[in-house]
Amino acid sequence: MAQSLEAYLILSGLLFSIGTFGFLARRNAIAMLMSIELMLNAVNLAVIAFGAFTPQLQAHAALIALFVMAVAAAEATVGLAIVIAIYRNRRTPLVDEYASMRE
Amino acid sequence: MQFPPTIPFLEWAWDDLLFIMLAGIMLAAAFFVVVGRDIVRSGLAMILAFGALAGIYVLAGAIIVAAAQVLIYIGAISVLILFAIMLTQTKAGPATLVFHRQAWAGGLAALGLTVLIITAIINTDWPQRVHERLWTATAEIGLLLFQDGLYVVALQVIAVLITAAVVGGVFLAKPEDVPDPGEGPR
Repeated sequence: MAQSLEAYLILSGLLFSIGTFGFLARRNAIAMLMSIELMLNAVNLAVIAFGAFTPQLQAHAALIALFVMAVAAAEATVGLAIVIAIYRNRRTPLVDEYASMRE
Repeated sequence: MQFPPTIPFLEWAWDDLLFIMLAGIMLAAAFFVVVGRDIVRSGLAMILAFGALAGIYVLAGAIIVAAAQVLIYIGAISVLILFAIMLTQTKAGPATLVFHRQAWAGGLAALGLTVLIITAIINTDWPQRVHERLWTATAEIGLLLFQDGLYVVALQVIAVLITAAVVGGVFLAKPEDVPDPGEGPR
């Protein structure tokens, strides 16, 4: 099982779906950001799995995964800063109470 | 004492047992992140999910990515998220509704996505597979990154991006008018 590409890809798909559900369903903005991190991790797992089973792609897959991690770190920084900035005005981390941002 | 090559009675390789355990831990922790009522516990469960995923990277032969996972995700992003949770938590937080009222639609979408992805994976004939995984050569990564010039531009762009993200994060999270220190609590 640890030697089959399908097992890794299915695991990655399940993790991505869990992240998708969290992003769509949670009310807390930080929980939504955590769900995004889970989805990025799922993508990384898929990339690593493809690299592990295709020898000429292996180092490239590791590099792409490292780049994804760097972008995820940047995204988390900016996202959390935005959440904190909104929290300072609204006193709530719940996204459905940010409705007046539409107007 | 001689270690048996496969698990007794089950005839699995030890790798498989490790993979199933790590996958189970990771999926359970990720599920708890998504449905957990207390968001601090969600953040801690996220660290567990990242750690199990680092183990899966080692099983897939990507040791350098596993190390980076521990350093970046467990070491940096988790701490960042935990601090943001502490800064934005209200007392009423855990007591209020965790999900949107339309969460069932999100559940349906996630379920549909799961079915779609798994069907696509099972029905595709993946080419170029090897039957023995290889370990990623870390030296090869360094050469690709710096010597061969394939990823030099990407590396520079990432550097600029991270700098911009840090500056932007500080700018966004900084209070609008910082009072003089000593003028009372901020």
